[in-house]
Formats: sequence, structure tokens, C-alpha cells
Amino acid sequence: MSRPAGPVRLARLHFKLGALNELQYRINFWVQLFNSALNLGTGLIAIAVVYNQTATLGGWTSSQLLAVLGVHVLIGGFLKTFVVPNMWVLIQDVQEGTLDYTLTRPADSQLIVSVRQINIWSLIDVVLGVGVVAWALDEMQTGLSAGGLLAFAVTLVCGAAIVYAIWITAVTIAFKAVDVGDLMQILNGVYEAGRWPVSIYPLWLRGSLTVIIPLAFAITVPAEIVTGRVPWWWLVVAVAVAAAALLVSRLIWKRGIRNYSGASA
Amino acid sequence: MTTPRTEFSLVRYYRAGMRLGFQREIQYRIRAFLMLIGFMIEPTIYLVVWTSVADAQGGEIAGLTTGTLAAYYIVWTLVRVYNLGYAPDAWEWRIREGRLNEFLSQPIHPFHRDYTFFAGAKFVWTLAWIPVALFLTIIFDPVFEWAAVNVAGFVVALWGGYTVRFLMLYALGMINFWTTRGSAIFGIFVASELVLSGRLVPLELMPEWVADVAAWLPFKWTFQFPIDTFIGRLAPREILTGIGFQALWSAVLGVIFALVWKRAIRRYGAVGN
Repeated sequence: MSRPAGPVRLARLHFKLGALNELQYRINFWVQLFNSALNLGTGLIAIAVVYNQTATLGGWTSSQLLAVLGVHVLIGGFLKTFVVPNMWVLIQDVQEGTLDYTLTRPADSQLIVSVRQINIWSLIDVVLGVGVVAWALDEMQTGLSAGGLLAFAVTLVCGAAIVYAIWITAVTIAFKAVDVGDLMQILNGVYEAGRWPVSIYPLWLRGSLTVIIPLAFAITVPAEIVTGRVPWWWLVVAVAVAAAALLVSRLIWKRGIRNYSGASA
Repeated sequence: MTTPRTEFSLVRYYRAGMRLGFQREIQYRIRAFLMLIGFMIEPTIYLVVWTSVADAQGGEIAGLTTGTLAAYYIVWTLVRVYNLGYAPDAWEWRIREGRLNEFLSQPIHPFHRDYTFFAGAKFVWTLAWIPVALFLTIIFDPVFEWAAVNVAGFVVALWGGYTVRFLMLYALGMINFWTTRGSAIFGIFVASELVLSGRLVPLELMPEWVADVAAWLPFKWTFQFPIDTFIGRLAPREILTGIGFQALWSAVLGVIFALVWKRAIRRYGAVGN
């Protein structure tokens, strides 16, 4: 027997097991590839329809908007691979009263509920997203320095952290609501708002997407960095927001667990 | 002495079914409201995008002013609510869990049960829609060209749109009797609907060939037609023609569904035995 795993190894083991489980179902790969391509296709159509009528949208050119779409698909792929499946299991656990089994385990409960499930085929979206960003950069012909690429990578990691924090915070707050499934649908709707740069939205919506649900930093900011619309040091802002979002999710999780008494109690 | 009315009538079944749907849904008022908030996000995004495009073009694109666009997407939210039907992928659950058995043991076709249930729930969703519509109206300043004929036409078009879309979803749901991987086909449906129904954008803003294709398909009668009727973009004659098309598509889809249903049920029996 090996010694108890640390948090990173524990997460890795869980992901590996989940991936191996899903890899048995090869045909799901093709279904997912088809659906992802279709989803990307409709995104591209929407952009084409808009730029058929105008040359810029709130100061964004079509190739810059393509970069936003790329980041949206990429971060969405992360969300669907790692976050959303875990949130569904968590919701199910709360409803069926089986969360107690997780809470009584000696490892950190937030870590456990965040790494139990993986939907490996959704990684296709991550690959497609990278492709779309590359396509956008190629269209703009501006090139990207090594430093710029690194800054972009850092903001993407921050983006992933931010969307994770948003999802787990929302689900934790809604612990006691009976139908959290609706909440997941609403979150999906909110995520769709990230497909367009937040700067085109009216103040109330832009404000909500920056401060309350900071999707702006998860999608628009990485796209702005990779297209050179903002200087590289903006990544500092993204890092700060990601850290704050994770901290908030941590505090709310702790609080939620403290007040949680099991569905049966 | 009055005899109790025990004989079966489809009209009474529909009334009772709708009342049941209403009662069930009114218990979950908050849920209905949250759902509407969720529904508000999609059209708000489209509206903002198209308003800024229109603004950049001097306040109008393809004959649509920002006020008309606002009206379009506000009514969109109500039409979307009326569009909801039994989701195709939910059939998978029904089949897997054996939920179909209770329907099949009843003499009445399950279609009536689902159709009336969703119909009744729509009255609750309409109530939840009012505050959402007020909020959007205050923010986006829509322009309606109202006439009595539009409102009357709208009520019919709304239910016509529901019937057409309900039948589309119901027929699609039958795929689950043959495969557990229907999601690829539902994906095609969702994408086609988005582009060809006026859901993403009024069809005038699409390239002309898209509008030509859409004319031959049922999608636009479930989204753009009811919306255009309400906001006063159609003449009485066009409204009547549209309702005619809705009736035609309902009949076509109804026949398709009935044919597939017979085969599907035979298959279901084969699986169950």
C-alpha cells in the first residue's frame, strides 16, 4: 500500500479513472465531435451574419470576434469536461442525501466534489477553440510574440479558474433550493453571453458580467490579450480576479458545508 | 336527478389536462420565474448585438429600426415560452425507466396527455413573463404597431406555433426508440431552428437563400411568424396565410408522427418482452 495521496495526486487519479471509464465508449467521440462542430458552426454563422451588415461591432473587427468565439469554445470545453459533470453529481448527492459519504472522507471536501467526474470527449471543444484562435490570429496577420503567447496562456488558466469558481459558488448557494437543475440551465445561458465581447453590452449587463459573474475576465480579457487590444500586463488583473473568485468560492463552500445538515435530517 | 357526467370526451380531457398542468406549475412559481430569467439572456444578447449594428448603420438595418428589433426580441421571450414542448431527449429517460408503460395501458394516446400538460403550464409561464417583459420594455424602448387584428391573430399564431413545434419535438423524440445516440440528430434540429426560424435573427437579415430555404420548412412558423404578427409587421392577409401554413404543417407533422409512432411502439414491445 502506498501512503495517502496528496490533493494533486488525488485529483489526477480521479481524472484518470474517469477518463478511462469514458474512453470505453468510442462512438461517443464521434457524436461529441459532430455536436461540437455543429455548435461551432452556428457560432461562425452568427458572426458571418453580423459582419454581413457591418464592418465593426462596437469597435471589434470580425477576426477579433473570431478570437472571442475561440476562447469561448475553449473555456466552454474545459467547463464541460471538468466542471459541469462534477456539479451534476454534487447536485444529485445533495438531493439523495449521499453527500454525507463525501463529507466524512478525510480529504478536502471541495477538492473531492470537484474532481469526481470527467467528460473526456468535451476536450474536443478545447482543441477546436485553440484552432479558432489560431485562425483568428492568422486572419489578423499580427503575429504573436512568445511573451504574448505566455500571457494568453496565463489568462486562459485564470479563465478556467474563474468559471470553476462561478459554477461551484452558484451551486453551493443553491444547495437548499430543490431544483438546482434549473440553475445549471441559467448558468449555461449566462455563459452564452460570453460569446460576445462584454464591451458591447449595456452598462447593467456589462457590470453584472464583470463584477457579479466575472465572465468578462474569463473570456473577453484573454481574447483581448491575444489580439493585442490590451497590453500584456492586463494579465495581472485576470490573475487577481481569478484569485479573488477562488477565494470567494472557498469561503462560500465552507459556509455551505457548515450549514448543510443532509436532506434527511 | 342528474346523472354524473361519466362519458369520455376529448374536450373535457383537454380541459382537465390543462388545469392539471397549470396547477402543477403554479406550485413552482419561483422556478417559472427563474426559467424566464434564463430565457431572457439569449434574446437580450441578440438584441444588444443587433441594436449596436443598427446604430452603426444610422439606426436601421434591412428596414428594421432599433425599436422594432427591441419589440421583436421582447415578444421572442413569450413565443419561446409557448414553444416549449416535451424534449426529444426526455424520451430516452421514459423508455429506459419504463415510464411509457403507464401511458400505453391507457386507451388515450400519450400525445394528448403531454400536449395538454404543457399547454396548461404555459398560463403560469405567461404570468412569470409579464415582469420580465416590463423590465425589457423599460430598458430597450420597443416600438409596436398594434391593431386588434394583430392581437387576435397572435393568440392563434402562438398556439399554432406551439402545436407545430410540439409535433416536431415529439416526432424527433421517436428516434430514441431506435438509438440511444439521438443527441447528434437533436443537435442538427437545434442548429437548423436557430438559423431558419428567426430565433437568432429576423430572416430578413439573413442572406436571401436562407430565407428561401426557410420558406419550405416548418421552423419559421414557430418563431418569426407569431412574433411578426404581434408586433404589427404583417397585414391581416399575411396573418391568415401564416395560420394556414401552421395548420398545414401541424397536419403533415401529425401524420408523420402517427406513422412513426406505430412502428416505434411495436419496437418498444419487442424490447420489453
